[in-house]
Amino acid sequence: MSLHPPDLIPGHAAALAARTSARAADEGVAEIAYARLDGPLGRLVAISTPRGLVRLAYELENGGLDAVLEHVAVRLTPCIVEAPGRLDGVRRELDEYFDGRRREFELALDWGLVGAGFARRVLQAAIAIPFGDTSTYRDVAGAAGSPNAYRAAGNALGSNPIPIVVPCHRVLASTGGLGGYTGGLDRKRLLLEIEGAGAGGQLRLAGDAVD
Amino acid sequence: MDSLPPFQRFLDAHRDDVLRFLVAAVGRHDADDAFQETFLSALRAYERLRPDSNLRAWVLTIAHRKALDVHRARGRRPLPVAELHEEAPVAGAGPPRGRATDGDHWDRVRALPQRQRAVLTLRYAADLTHGEIAATLNCSEEAARRAASDGLKTLRLELTDVPASA
Repeated sequence: MSLHPPDLIPGHAAALAARTSARAADEGVAEIAYARLDGPLGRLVAISTPRGLVRLAYELENGGLDAVLEHVAVRLTPCIVEAPGRLDGVRRELDEYFDGRRREFELALDWGLVGAGFARRVLQAAIAIPFGDTSTYRDVAGAAGSPNAYRAAGNALGSNPIPIVVPCHRVLASTGGLGGYTGGLDRKRLLLEIEGAGAGGQLRLAGDAVD
Repeated sequence: MDSLPPFQRFLDAHRDDVLRFLVAAVGRHDADDAFQETFLSALRAYERLRPDSNLRAWVLTIAHRKALDVHRARGRRPLPVAELHEEAPVAGAGPPRGRATDGDHWDRVRALPQRQRAVLTLRYAADLTHGEIAATLNCSEEAARRAASDGLKTLRLELTDVPASA
């Protein structure tokens, strides 16, 4: 006869852990909350701080959930819990957007994962591109104050931590090509289709088609 | 690892061990609250933790402190009815019983003096080494072993997995 560890009721520890995480987020013990969201572009990981949405990641394209969370843990704080309730607003606006019922996001954003200089100005320039419209890397670089820094603008857009909401997908190559996208070009095409900005295949811009 | 894992990963990795320990240490009735208190306390201290810390031993140390709180509070109020077993198990030479009676054993462990109770729950419900237990209880390893052996004697249980060097 021996002292065995007590048996657990299946699922009980997981349920308690979920309750603990929700409490940690509600009571402000955990600064950062995340949720996994499913939508037409696949699984997204949404991460919020008290200031706002700080990260929206295509889960598979960014190395999986753990890689996404670890990056935020290193950059901001490891005090991160899964608390879907804290991301309800993000989920709702994204659902409306994918359903074609929302053209602008009203979510508060946290720029904590973006440097304060040119990169942030580039992303803010991207936010200024209206739904249904597109711009070019060159123009966005210009709006951010350095018309010739279109490659740097491309890099800043490529590492946009809040895609979809910060619409880097609306920025295309000056040659009329799609350029690149953090979630893959198929998703960029799909987002532009949702917004009625392009028919998917070879995208041409009205006033800017050929350099 | 050169950085702490995101807290949720840490919670998921250790939740079963912590709950098993607390069920043994305070009973199912109080384990749920103690579990939440344990991880909320851990979260408050998490950022200041060294990344190379033994996270499992660390969180079980916190759970142990929460268990002490429960026992202290219990000393000030009557035991909940659910905690009282109908027939006091007789210690000693009976034939081995099935795992269904394990609850009785932990009930009896909970009735032991504080240090014996702590050592037996940390050793046999949480699987900490005597070295880790000594660090948790802030005592010598020798004292931890002695408390375990005293506790077992009191229980008159013949454990099959008592370390030979105990």
